[in-house]
Amino acid sequence: MFVKVPKGSWVQIEQVVLKPEERAPQVPEDTKAVPLKLWVKGTLLEDASIGDTVEIETAIGRRLTGKLVAENPPYTHGFGRPVPELLTLGNEFRALFERGDRK
Amino acid sequence: MKDLSYAAVMARRNEIMKGALGLDYGEFELGGLAFDYERMMEKAGYSLDEVRAIQKETNVGDTPLIELKNLTAAARALSEPGKGARIFIKDEAANPSGSFKDRRAAVSCYYAQHHGYKGVVAATSGNYGAAVASQANMRNLKSIIVQELFDSRGVGQPEILEKGRKCEAYGAEVLQLTVGPELFYTFLRVLEDTGFFNASLYTPFGIAGIETLGAEIASQVQARFGRNPDAVVVTNAGGGNLTGTARGLLKAGAKETKVIGASVDLSGLHMASDRDFNRKSFTTGHTGFGVPFTTWPDRADVPRNAARPLRYMDRYVTITQGEVFAITEVLAALEGLERGPAGNTSLTAAFAVAREMPEDAIIVVQETEYTGAGKHVTAQLTFARENGIEVRRGDPAEQVPGKNIIIPSDPSMIRPRDLSMADLKLSYLRNALKNRPAGSPEALTETEVAFLAAEVKETPEGLAALLHRARGC
Repeated sequence: MFVKVPKGSWVQIEQVVLKPEERAPQVPEDTKAVPLKLWVKGTLLEDASIGDTVEIETAIGRRLTGKLVAENPPYTHGFGRPVPELLTLGNEFRALFERGDRK
Repeated sequence: MKDLSYAAVMARRNEIMKGALGLDYGEFELGGLAFDYERMMEKAGYSLDEVRAIQKETNVGDTPLIELKNLTAAARALSEPGKGARIFIKDEAANPSGSFKDRRAAVSCYYAQHHGYKGVVAATSGNYGAAVASQANMRNLKSIIVQELFDSRGVGQPEILEKGRKCEAYGAEVLQLTVGPELFYTFLRVLEDTGFFNASLYTPFGIAGIETLGAEIASQVQARFGRNPDAVVVTNAGGGNLTGTARGLLKAGAKETKVIGASVDLSGLHMASDRDFNRKSFTTGHTGFGVPFTTWPDRADVPRNAARPLRYMDRYVTITQGEVFAITEVLAALEGLERGPAGNTSLTAAFAVAREMPEDAIIVVQETEYTGAGKHVTAQLTFARENGIEVRRGDPAEQVPGKNIIIPSDPSMIRPRDLSMADLKLSYLRNALKNRPAGSPEALTETEVAFLAAEVKETPEGLAALLHRARGC
């Protein structure tokens, strides 16, 4: 599957900074088993397909190279769901002084 | 072409740092394990008045001090008669980027601008990134923020995703990494590549920036009540927040005010573990940073850390994740303030500690932080559940970090758990002795002894007793 991304698009690239065998000696085993990866966004300098090695210009004008992984990826974090365990806390705390409780 | 291997870049760290800080730490060394902390702070930092002027230029500081009357009433209802201090909070979310970190960034960016740097780099997954990006914009500097954000599955902590978004909103270049201490390696490569300033959290500038926070608390309480606060509670992670606040309190004459550090208990979770990374629901303000940095500050990204909390800390308490989430909810419900949650670590401790203090005492929580998508109780608890963490009401004593989050089933269950100050000081001293330069004379010099006494805030006799124990083990 080739997804063409035109030059000038706002994109995200991925770099492998350190392969597992290049990682720092002090990292725990589960971390050492995987590469250290980096993602950064910028403007795509040439037409490319997802998966290509490309060059981008970042927001401050640096040129960086990496694997093209996404065109203008969305921010996916949100507020999640209301938490039932928290919903009654306001009333529980307010009841302490509205009843004039004292231990 | 330069060798870019991990070992080669780390070997160049001192050289890279010297260029990126414009500061020669060597001139403060006193031989052996000692260095002249106060001279470093005076010479490399700025005076309180200078910092006030710098921060005023970029709209930082002078934040409101708010009395939490309903929370105080709740604490009193749980206390013995005559107990339950008045709780105040410094609304640091009113700073331009939404946290006290603007105070640190303001001074670092001022220094960078006046020393001719074109840009600033900060390694942070916290609010400091947004603070640096925001302050850099006002000073016409470029900014690069290096974050630890994803585990190897590409799953990111919502709290850090939001902080990354905020940095991008300010126009920063944001480098987002998977888990691992080699973030520092990436950071060094960026400094070397750009020649930008290292806006470290741990320079004298960064700490001087927080002194205004302590000084403002003292002067605001003095103006309203004609006296100093009895206690100030500070969320403790890297130690800078506590160090700067305490120094500011002292400079404003609040010499008797007790400084209490507070951290979220994340014991048992490994901070560099890919698997544990998304099993924690706090990415800062926790014991995983607080304890190691308190007991050995010189593990930071500068040769000598200006954040040295044991010099100022009177007490250090831990509280649980569930307790902080509960108090965050209560802050919104009782006081109409939606803030945090991570910044509410100190508030949670203050709610518990206030119950031990007399009714006429004043306890000040020295920060709030902005809240929003990602960094919100609902976002973080939803994420926790998605990662297999059990969330339930119960006794916070049953919490196991990384396995469950216990929302207290009764308000009285919110209690401070004290870390032993003597054990923390012992641990610091063991680290100091272990890191003493090779070839030092066997006995500590007078200068070293005086340095260590100041480092752990002990009398010569107290230090001697602790050193005896430190050497015995």
